[in-house]
Amino acid sequence: MRITDVGPGGFPQDPPRPDEHGALERALRSGRDAGRKLLVPYVTGGLGERWLDVVRSVAAAGADAIEVGIPFSDPVMDGPVIQEASTRALALGATPDTVLVDLANADAGVPLAVMTYYNLVHRSGHQRFARSLADAGVAGAILPDLPVDECGPWAAAADAAGVEMILLAAPTTPDDRAARIVARSRGFVYGVGLMGVTGERERLADSARQLAARLKALTDVPVLIGVGVSTPTQAVLACEVADGVVVGSALVRRLLEGGGPSEAARFVGELRQALDAG
Amino acid sequence: MTTPMRGEPSGGGRFGEFGGRFLPESLVPACEELEREFRAAWSDTAFRGELDELLSSYGGRPTPITECKRLGDRLGLRLLLKREDLTHTGSHKINNVIGQALLTQRMGKGRLLAETGAGQHGVATATAAALMGLECKVYMGEVDVERQELNVFRMRLLGAEVESVSSGSRTLKDAINEALRDWVATVEGTHYCLGSVMGPHPYPWMVRELQSVLGTEARQQTSVLLAGAVPDVVCACVGGGSNAAGIFSGFVDTDAELVGVEPAGGAAVGHGLPGVVHGSRSFLLQDDHGQVSEAHSISAGLDYPGVGPEHAHLSAIGRARYESVNDDEVVGAFRLLSETEGIIPALEPAHALAWVVREAASLRDKTVLLNLSGRGDKDVAQVMDLLS
Repeated sequence: MRITDVGPGGFPQDPPRPDEHGALERALRSGRDAGRKLLVPYVTGGLGERWLDVVRSVAAAGADAIEVGIPFSDPVMDGPVIQEASTRALALGATPDTVLVDLANADAGVPLAVMTYYNLVHRSGHQRFARSLADAGVAGAILPDLPVDECGPWAAAADAAGVEMILLAAPTTPDDRAARIVARSRGFVYGVGLMGVTGERERLADSARQLAARLKALTDVPVLIGVGVSTPTQAVLACEVADGVVVGSALVRRLLEGGGPSEAARFVGELRQALDAG
Repeated sequence: MTTPMRGEPSGGGRFGEFGGRFLPESLVPACEELEREFRAAWSDTAFRGELDELLSSYGGRPTPITECKRLGDRLGLRLLLKREDLTHTGSHKINNVIGQALLTQRMGKGRLLAETGAGQHGVATATAAALMGLECKVYMGEVDVERQELNVFRMRLLGAEVESVSSGSRTLKDAINEALRDWVATVEGTHYCLGSVMGPHPYPWMVRELQSVLGTEARQQTSVLLAGAVPDVVCACVGGGSNAAGIFSGFVDTDAELVGVEPAGGAAVGHGLPGVVHGSRSFLLQDDHGQVSEAHSISAGLDYPGVGPEHAHLSAIGRARYESVNDDEVVGAFRLLSETEGIIPALEPAHALAWVVREAASLRDKTVLLNLSGRGDKDVAQVMDLLS
C-alpha cells in the first residue's frame, strides 16, 4: 500500500494497462464485433443452495458473461435488494473462499467476473486474492469502492495473475478522469447509469445514455451500462448507445422472491430476446 | 507532511500508510471539489474570520479549562478539563459543523447530510442547518434511536429529518453506510457533513483542522496555568477520533504524552487490523475474511469498528498510544466526576476519565489534561436505567 510513484496532482501514476486482452474482454469484443448487444447478469454468490444452477441457467439463457457478487458486510454502493441478498448469503455462510470454490466448478461456459468490495481484497492480500480468482477460473473483478486513483496495488496483482480489472465511470466523472479510467480498465468499462446505488428504477435515467456516449467516444474497450437497468425495454434503450448492459437487482429480486434457476433463465431470456430484436 | 496533526496530509490524503480516498467513483469528484474548496477557504481570512465569529458569538468559544481540585486530590494527580461540554449543543461537534455548514454555503449547496451515533453530531448538524437555512437529513442506527430518544427529538425540533437505519448492526457504522448511499444519489446539491476525522480525503484532514481550535485554545490556556509548561499527559476518548484529534493537534509538537481511550468493545487501534471501509485505510475491527465486525459499547458515540486514519498513523509511529476501558469503568467514572466536581460528563469522555482513574497510581503527581468533549444530559436516562 505504500505509494512509490507519485504523478501530477500528487496522485500515484496510473499503472499501464497490459497489451494483451484477457478472456473476458476477448469474449465481449468478439460478441460486439459480431453485432451482438452484450448482456451481463449479476448473481449474488452463495445466495441459496442452488445459486450455481442459477449461474449456469443464466449463462444458457444468453448471457455473454456473468457478474458474481462476493457478499460484503457493508455494501455502500448497493441498494436494498443487493443488500438483502448479501445479508442472506453471509448468514448462509458465504465467504470469498466458498464462493470461489463453487465457481471453480461452475462450468458456466461464459467468462465470469466477481464484484465485491475492496476490504475483502485488502484483508486477503492483493496477490493472494488475485491468484485465488485466477485459480477459480474467474476472468475479471469489479471493486466499486476502489477508484482509479487508489487502484495501483490491486492493478499490479491482478495484471500479474491475469485477472482483468474492471473500473467504473460515473455520470459525475469529468472527461479527463474518464479518459484515465477507460485507459486502465480491462474486460469492459462499467458505466454507472445514474447517480445512486444499485436498484430497479421505473425508467432508464437520461444519464445512462449520456455517459455511454461519452465513454464510447473515448475508448474501443466495450462499454457496459449498469445500475438502474431493470427491464428489457430499458436494456434496449441503453444499448442504442452502449455496447451492453449489466442487470443486477431486477434478477436478484426474483431470486429473493423465491425464483430459482428457471425463473432466472426466463428473465434473462427475455432480456436476450429484446436485445437481439433491438 | 512532516508533523502529524499539523498541516496537510501527503498526496491523495495519506497519513503515513493510512488514509486515502476509497469510495465509489460517483463521489470522487465531489470529494475533489470539497478538497479544493476547503483548501481555498482555510487560507481565506474572510472565511476564517466568519467562522471564528460564529464559534464565539454562537458556539460559545473559547471554552474554559477547569481544574478538578477534589477529584485530583483523590486521585493524587493534577486534573485539568477542557470544557467542550459548555459549547452550544453541548459537545465539540459544533466546531466541525459550523465550519462545514459555511463551506456548504460557499459551494452553493442547499442540503446537509449527516450520520450520528450518540446524536451529538446530528444535533450539531441540525443546529447549523437551522442557523444557515439549509435542509438537513440525519441517519441514525435503530439501536441508537432507541437509546438516544431525546436527541432524536432535538434534531426534529431543529427541523431536521431523522431516518432510523435498520440494516446491519443498526448503529453508527450502518448510519454511515446509509448516509453514503444517500449522498451517491444527491451529491450535486448536498454536502455530506461527516462528523469525525474519518472517511475519504479531505475529511480526516478537514475535520481535524476544524477541531484544532480546541487544541490551540487548550495549549494557550494550559501555558498560562502551568507557567509556560505543558501537561504531562493529554488524553481524550476515541471513536472516530475527532475530539482527540482536536486536542492532540495542540500538543503534538510538545513532550506531552498523548493518550486516546477507546471502548473495549470498539478498540480499533487496540485490536483492529489495517482495513478499508467508509473511504479510508485505517485500523478496523474485522473478521478473517475482511467482513467488518460489529462494535459494542455503552456509548453510542464510540460504537464504531474503525478509527480515523491519522490516529492509526500516530499509533504506528508511536507518537500517541491508545488504551481501552470497559463499560463498568466508564459508568464508575461518569458517577465519580458527577459526585466530586458537579460535572455530569457524556459517556464518551467518561472513557478518558475511566482510564485516568484506573491509571492514577502511574500518573501520580502528573498534570493530566482531559478533553471533556461533551455533557452528559443525553446519557442521564440511559445511566438511570443501568443503575436501577
